[in-house]
Amino acid sequence: MAVRRLEAAALDALFGALRRRGYTLVGPTLHDGAIVYDELERADQLPIGWTEVQDAGHYRVVPRDDDARFGFTVGPTAWKRYLHPPALRLWRAERDAEGGFAVLDEPHDPPKVAFIGVRPCDVAAIAIQDRVFTGGAHVDPDYQARRERAFVVAVNCTEPGGTCFCASMGTGPEAREGYDLALTEILEPGRNGQRAEPTYLLEVGSERGESLLAELGGRPARDDEVADGRRRLEEAGGRMGRTLDTRGLAEALRRSLDNSRWDEPAARCLACGNCTLACPTCFCNTVEDTTDLTGAFAERTRRWDSCFTLDLSYIHGGPVRVSMKSRYRQWATHKLGTWMEQFGTSGCVGCGRCITWCPAAIDLTEEVAAIAASAQARATRRQARVAPSPEPGKGVGDAAAAR
Amino acid sequence: MLQPPADRPFVPPPAVAAPEVDPMRTVPFRVTGLHVDNEDTFTLELAPPPGHQLAPFKPGQFNMLYVFGVGEVPISISGDPDLHGTLVHTTREVGAVTRAMRGLQIGDAIGVRGPFGSSWPVEAAEGRDVVLIAGGIGLPPLRPALYHVLARRERYGRVVLLYGARTPEDLMFPEELAKPGARCSTSRCTSPSTAPPATGGATSASSRPRQARADRPAPHGRDDLRPGGHDPLRLHGARAPRRQPAGHLRLARAQHEVRRRPVRPLPAGPHLVCRDGPVFSYDQVERMLDHGEV
Repeated sequence: MAVRRLEAAALDALFGALRRRGYTLVGPTLHDGAIVYDELERADQLPIGWTEVQDAGHYRVVPRDDDARFGFTVGPTAWKRYLHPPALRLWRAERDAEGGFAVLDEPHDPPKVAFIGVRPCDVAAIAIQDRVFTGGAHVDPDYQARRERAFVVAVNCTEPGGTCFCASMGTGPEAREGYDLALTEILEPGRNGQRAEPTYLLEVGSERGESLLAELGGRPARDDEVADGRRRLEEAGGRMGRTLDTRGLAEALRRSLDNSRWDEPAARCLACGNCTLACPTCFCNTVEDTTDLTGAFAERTRRWDSCFTLDLSYIHGGPVRVSMKSRYRQWATHKLGTWMEQFGTSGCVGCGRCITWCPAAIDLTEEVAAIAASAQARATRRQARVAPSPEPGKGVGDAAAAR
Repeated sequence: MLQPPADRPFVPPPAVAAPEVDPMRTVPFRVTGLHVDNEDTFTLELAPPPGHQLAPFKPGQFNMLYVFGVGEVPISISGDPDLHGTLVHTTREVGAVTRAMRGLQIGDAIGVRGPFGSSWPVEAAEGRDVVLIAGGIGLPPLRPALYHVLARRERYGRVVLLYGARTPEDLMFPEELAKPGARCSTSRCTSPSTAPPATGGATSASSRPRQARADRPAPHGRDDLRPGGHDPLRLHGARAPRRQPAGHLRLARAQHEVRRRPVRPLPAGPHLVCRDGPVFSYDQVERMLDHGEV
């Protein structure tokens, strides 16, 4: 499918086309000093002319000098909120007169939602959660229904943020699959003191996406425009705020469970769970049963949980992971190591949310790099110990004979 | 996206046959039989509601049992996998839900969903000797495997059950163990401090237990990886497979985690224990046994 070029006004057309098809639109908007995802009615509710500055434990929105609609990366919300809601009633039950009870069906009939402005890292995160919730022997029907009804408008990243490392994780800055439509926002420097208006390159990823094209206007992009978009994305890949060397990382983590380096993040970690709640792939949850005062009605709610709580690993007798070190280690080694054995991909997409939203400014890329380096040093020392002796032939047997 | 290491490739679990089945939805069964096994252990027989087909289970699997208004717990199936129509669960009273479960009467409702989890490799063991090791309440989750093997006795070599408990009263299913035809080589059933002399004949065997502890398992460390049952056998049971690489063991922890993560279990070490467990091969969990708090 050929790339098309759209004017900024095409976003209004896109919003209209999706709304006519019954979609509720959810996208980025400025709220309480952060760019969060929320329901949108119109394209002018996007954070026009805003960007954000991110670093470990640091997030500020700041104005831009142009009118970019997507001139930022990712905020504290993750799309999982709309596919795996923070709280979901699973069923209700009612006691009957014969000592029994009836389970009342909970309909899995979620609204059709169009996600506007899904970053490539988050497109990858959705694909990872697809594997978690629908890839195994037990399919989550609620997730499945929400996912089937979700329309994904991806927006590629030409300006990575301070905690981004999608290039290291192979998920960005360009979305390659998993979207219905993908936009690349192009901004030229403003002229004559005018604030620059963006234009867009549009790629189609599905038949659903293609069916909207006639309503979006625009024209086929010229080759030089397509090449310019490619160049911007390639350059963005080299400007990531963070990097993570993933070669041999899973194995290094597997060998490093007893590494004393885990003590350092553990000493700073507050076990608040922010990283797991902001993470677009973390899926741990718990269920909560409640009963009304008459005792005749009961219901069960599924809620997000976090591996940083003691309660998550509680079994009768006590929690399994008591120390802060064990909980941080569990999260990091699962995310970047054992996740692969369980689901066939890394659990990390390099979005950087866990770094930005950690109140103690713990940087996952820094911590695991230190662990990996330490594991490497240990391996090198071990090799040095078993290296062949400088005098060939002078083996153990000879030494014994000499004695 | 990053791919799994070449030496340990990702093997996706088999796709579900009927995705319309909601694994989180409980089905109200009825209690049709009650049996008090000992002071704190009891067995429930459950029948599905009319029109509900009871799903077959494999030895070692478990169900999530729900007492209305109280809560839900994972309990191993302790009945015969070849007997269809009735579900048998043997439970020890350890908390609010199991206490409420014990208060159920015949005819009362109890929610069931499952079966979940991995199973004992009874088919893979055909043509070989079978050694089953359990202690105390660890026998009920193993009993379906025993039923399965004994129903197909000719397919196996020698079949040995090593079973012991802290006290003779803690021995499960004494009548069945004493059944004619079972050749029981009984030794003492001991606890270092309190055990009255064994009555004999009831057990197929007991280990020579090390110092058995009367307290609860340590809150963390290796004990969280215990095979089902009590301490001495826990140790022997967990270590024996070091010399027998084909060994499998059941992690009690697995089921407890299912309570909160019934469809996608929470991770422990490399495993999602209630998807990949509760029965593991020894080599699957070997590296976990060497570390605490995994």
